[in-house]
Amino acid sequence: MTLFNRVFRDSPLATRGEITPKLGFALTVLLAIVWLIPFLWMVVATLRPASDGINAMAELMPSLKPTLDNVKDAWEIGDFPRYTINTTIICAGILLVQFVTITLAGFAFARLNFVGKTLIFYLFLMQLMLVPVLLIVPNLSLVAQLGLYDTLTGVMMPFFASAFGTFLMRQAFEAIPTELEDAALIDGASLLQRIRHIYVPLSMPSFSAFAIISVTSHWNDFLWPLMVINSPDKRPLTVGLSVFTKTAEGTQAWGTIAAGTLMVIAPLLVTFLIFQKRFISSFVTSGIK
Amino acid sequence: MSLAEPAALPVATSAAPRLDVLKRLTTRFKASLPAYLLLLPSLLFLVLFTYGAMGRVFVDALYQRATPKAPVRFVGLDNIGAVLADPAFTGAVINNLIYAVGTAVPSIALALLFALALSRTHAVSTALRAALFLPVLIPMVAASALFMFIFLPNVGLLDYYIGRLLPVLPNWLGDPDIALYAIMVITIWKNAGYYMLFFLAGLQAVPEDVMEAAHLDGAGPYMRLRHIILPELKPTFLFVTVIAILNAVTQVDHVFVMTQGGPSNSTNLVLFYIYQQAVEHYDIGKASAATLLTLAALMSLTALSFRTMANREGGA
Repeated sequence: MTLFNRVFRDSPLATRGEITPKLGFALTVLLAIVWLIPFLWMVVATLRPASDGINAMAELMPSLKPTLDNVKDAWEIGDFPRYTINTTIICAGILLVQFVTITLAGFAFARLNFVGKTLIFYLFLMQLMLVPVLLIVPNLSLVAQLGLYDTLTGVMMPFFASAFGTFLMRQAFEAIPTELEDAALIDGASLLQRIRHIYVPLSMPSFSAFAIISVTSHWNDFLWPLMVINSPDKRPLTVGLSVFTKTAEGTQAWGTIAAGTLMVIAPLLVTFLIFQKRFISSFVTSGIK
Repeated sequence: MSLAEPAALPVATSAAPRLDVLKRLTTRFKASLPAYLLLLPSLLFLVLFTYGAMGRVFVDALYQRATPKAPVRFVGLDNIGAVLADPAFTGAVINNLIYAVGTAVPSIALALLFALALSRTHAVSTALRAALFLPVLIPMVAASALFMFIFLPNVGLLDYYIGRLLPVLPNWLGDPDIALYAIMVITIWKNAGYYMLFFLAGLQAVPEDVMEAAHLDGAGPYMRLRHIILPELKPTFLFVTVIAILNAVTQVDHVFVMTQGGPSNSTNLVLFYIYQQAVEHYDIGKASAATLLTLAALMSLTALSFRTMANREGGA
């Protein structure tokens, strides 16, 4: 009850006696615990020695003799270092190209007038609705025609332009006072110099918000890389994990699967726990994606 | 001045109207050139992988190969007809509809509950928000790996703790009547925290003084929810519903990892059907026809939601 009182401390005085909000809160606490159970199981099962047997596998109480054997096994069977490198290359490659394309396009929409601006703006807007993952069939044949089948570049390419990022940058650039640019213009700075030295440095929060959304979504991409990549040594983490799970499932090695899953999601979870506020506000803006 | 103007205008335009228009266009185009150059990189990839891809779906849906090596031949609407007549496709559409409703409604309801309970910011609610948001971050493939064990018959987490209470242990992923609902649980678990964020943002817009006034007038928590909060959250509801339906069509990685559409096609969803046609049966014509139908359905959905939003704004 003291917890309740503390949680409802800053609600209006007269509503503090109400019971429904408290019931709702209690239910939410309960569900939050349920929501965490899969993660809890993952950690407990990772540390559980194989000697505990399959029947104790579901036990959520941690084992008394924790071991890192599962992590070692997963590391050796799964080739996770290679998968991690591939995923990192894919995410970084996409993000770097996107930074260039969305900065240039965002600037054009924010500050320049040109023939057909509305039409081109709608072309960008429509991409938000056309979910790229649905276009896997035609895009796979295009990637194959470009000779990029089974390459990491082929995995990255469809995401090089981002309508979401363009809108984000347009918004950020529009908020920058034109006086700054005028001053640079008088000093003889070219268009690209103005973008590079005035607009980009002042829009860092938007860049980081976009980076969070872009990296999380491509870190988690599965279907598209599954179709493009054929060689085992080019698999990203998600595809690698699915293959690994399939193999380990056959031998009922659930501790190893838990360890593999933990390795795949740990980087994102740790980053999230450090930059929690940034993540949350970025994901709110991602709604328009 | 004002008298002279109307007289001067016709003379000026009749002198060389065509040349003038052409010249104006060229100067305007020249002035636009820097913008076009800036847009070029983005437009190149949009044309290649979005608009060009749509065009290719359109064309590919009209052609067919008898065998993977045979030359393509024009078949008109035959592919569309074949897809619509394929029980696997209609089954996938029905599954996808059940899946969309069965994931959107509970996850949105839960998201609203979470947001209402956690709308005030303090240490406890921040921690709870983070806990509920964690599943959003992890890949669907990783969630599937965890839930594969949760649903594992006899020794899995669910049977170990809850299954003991049931008279017969169901085979969660192996029973065609249950499997689709089992994979829905994963989607709800994964997405409710995401939708919660939008409701949290929407709740910020509920005016504090109106809530207080309602309270002074004797409105209880339910009345305040029904008459103040929910009307205020209407745009959020619409928006989240569209996202939830889009997710129900596009976020199907768990089907690949856990069930492969089985048992007996009971978890086959549209995108998995498209993948099967393209990758397993090498039937690009049918895959494209199915893609075309799905795109049409999704685009009319978004158009509809945009119209409702526009109407709402126009009326307000």
